[in-house]
Amino acid sequence: MNIFMRLAARLAFGALVLTQTPVHAAGSDFPLDRFPTSKLTEQAALQEGAKLFVNYCLGCHSAQYMRYNRLRDIGLTDDQIKRNLLFSAEKVGEGMKIAMRVEDAKSWFGGQPPDLSVIARARSSHEGTGSDWIYTYLRAYYRDSTRPTGWNNALFHNVGMPNVLWELQGSRGVVIEDVHAAKGEAAKNAPKGSFVKASVSFDEAGLRSEAKETLAGPAKEGKQYMLGKPQGGNLSPAQFDDAMANLTAYITYMSDPSAIERKRLGVWVMLYLCGFFVLAWWLNKTYWKDIK
Amino acid sequence: MAKDRQVETTGVMGWIDARFPLTPMIKDHLTEYYAPKNFNFWYFFGSLALLVLVIQILTGIFLVMNYKPDGATAFGSVEYIMRDVPYGWLVRYMHSTGASAFFVVVYLHMFRGLIYGSYRKPRELLWIFGCAIFLCLMAEAFMGYLLPWGQMSYWGAQVIVNLFSAIPFIGPDLSLLIRGDYVVSDATLNRFFSFHVIAIPLVLLGLVAAHILALHEVGSNNPDGIEIKAKKDALGRPLDGIPFHPYYTVHDIMGVAGFLLVFSAVVFFAPEMGGYFLEYNNFIPADPLKTPPHIAPVWYFTPFYSVLRATTEDFLLYWMIPFLIFYAFLVFTTVRGARTKILNLAGVLALIGGFFIIDAKFWGVVAMGASVLILAGLPWLDQSPARSIRYRPDWHKYVYAVFIIAFVILGYFGVQPPSPIANLIAKVCTLIYFAFFVLMPWWSTMGQPKPVPDRVVFEAH
Repeated sequence: MNIFMRLAARLAFGALVLTQTPVHAAGSDFPLDRFPTSKLTEQAALQEGAKLFVNYCLGCHSAQYMRYNRLRDIGLTDDQIKRNLLFSAEKVGEGMKIAMRVEDAKSWFGGQPPDLSVIARARSSHEGTGSDWIYTYLRAYYRDSTRPTGWNNALFHNVGMPNVLWELQGSRGVVIEDVHAAKGEAAKNAPKGSFVKASVSFDEAGLRSEAKETLAGPAKEGKQYMLGKPQGGNLSPAQFDDAMANLTAYITYMSDPSAIERKRLGVWVMLYLCGFFVLAWWLNKTYWKDIK
Repeated sequence: MAKDRQVETTGVMGWIDARFPLTPMIKDHLTEYYAPKNFNFWYFFGSLALLVLVIQILTGIFLVMNYKPDGATAFGSVEYIMRDVPYGWLVRYMHSTGASAFFVVVYLHMFRGLIYGSYRKPRELLWIFGCAIFLCLMAEAFMGYLLPWGQMSYWGAQVIVNLFSAIPFIGPDLSLLIRGDYVVSDATLNRFFSFHVIAIPLVLLGLVAAHILALHEVGSNNPDGIEIKAKKDALGRPLDGIPFHPYYTVHDIMGVAGFLLVFSAVVFFAPEMGGYFLEYNNFIPADPLKTPPHIAPVWYFTPFYSVLRATTEDFLLYWMIPFLIFYAFLVFTTVRGARTKILNLAGVLALIGGFFIIDAKFWGVVAMGASVLILAGLPWLDQSPARSIRYRPDWHKYVYAVFIIAFVILGYFGVQPPSPIANLIAKVCTLIYFAFFVLMPWWSTMGQPKPVPDRVVFEAH
């Protein structure tokens, strides 16, 4: 069976290599930042995230499968929950539902804001975890006066959600550079095989301006978002990133509340099974001594 | 009053044996059932498949206690199980991991049959029961996947059920019957729930019982492919056989321990398995108005899904027709019976004609079905004088290797979105896959097999 074992090893290695190849997520050309996963085990971070969630997100987004009293997991008492976080329900055992009606949501935002109970699991892709996506999304807003809300998002183009955290972050513009091979009108006036860089800029007031440039030599095709530095927010950029990490940590926890217990229990299960395997192997060896 | 039955056992066992063949069953299937002593690693997967079936049934029973099979509440009930039912998350993860584990185990179990010729006479019926189990397993997994009512559940079901509408004449009505509606809806969910929880599990249990009875009737094959019943001792026990209990019961307990180590590692530390066991898209509730950008079946269906996608019009006209002509030429030049020649030629001509008359979409469905059903033909396709790959000519091993690589590549491209280069490779691998089976009556007889020993190759350990 040598050849099959070798073949299996090669296939496994090949499969491992192939899974590392990034698959281009549909509709996104903005790279994802890495969410600091150490936040997931910091109670203070999770509690701060819960506070941000209830104050900024729960107005439009429900989290109907998350019960308020589940917040005991992150070190809050029922009393603390009732006094500080219980806005959209009467009893602490209820889920985080909201009062906004579907029809109203459709006419105000163009669609119903999704329920966020399992959003960190739903937004995962081969590019990164759902937490990476949310962490990047919350910090990728820029001013765009052409949009109904006055804001646009570099990760989620033309999103219907306004930038609810603008007071914390402040305003900023963006320069969007799109490099592509010269086509159509541009190709007629330029030498053959040249590349064009189309830049669209939004300043801090969201005013749009455009520029086009023919590049001297060959260039890498693609779109790049260069976000400006936020100005006028209540938090500094570093403080805002930290706050968003806390919020993302809470949303990640909310998507899979049993994760911590699962891993804790898993260690014990694996230890037990290792011991069981040793005993089973020994029993087998003892019986099979008779067989010649 | 009739005379009391005389039995050898006494006490409670004696009371039972006078009314039910318990001791004869224990003897026939455990303590006096002789299995070859040279089983290797590949022989764990049958008992592991039975273990996974039991895991799925037990976890399924507990899931059904809280799951609600209604379009409006299904997704929420799964989240209720995950969050509010004590250890509900564990039961759910065991069931979802078990579904994928079932296919890993069954594919490896089938691979063992493939390399050791376990499907050969007198085990053809055993193999056919196994193929029927495989088909039922695929139906069971497909129907189970709809139940969480996520985006991938809904749209995957929509795509696959729509395939049936490609069948000429009866297609659209058949799809309507399966769905219970014009699109996948609450009606579909209810009937899939019934099939997944009751109908198919009952059929599976019956088929597994038949599978094991058929095995015990003829006895197990072994890695050397020789019949151990050919050499028996004075008491009628096979010389190379050992009683299943206690030798293979303790052996399989060790196998179970190893399996549970891997299974638990996944359940407790990586239940999503990078989106392959629990797909990311399925954490979004089903929305009939929003089609996901990329619909793909779960990983265990992807090789067959690749075959479906590869079967386009130009695949049929420029790849399959030359292959069928080559096949017809082989039949004509090598087969002796006139009737077989004519039947084969008629079949090939009918197929070629069909490629022009009926849409490629239908032939894609046919190819996908054929890629599963052709396995059942193995006992009759394999004409090699040596049963086990150990005694076949060395180059046969490379043929099997190429087949496995083609199968894995088809599986890989099944999860990827289509692209020109992916489509081309899928076409090549589809042709390799079918050629492996269709041309087997010829290539399996080629080359010089090695001398087959008359006693099993076994090293005491």
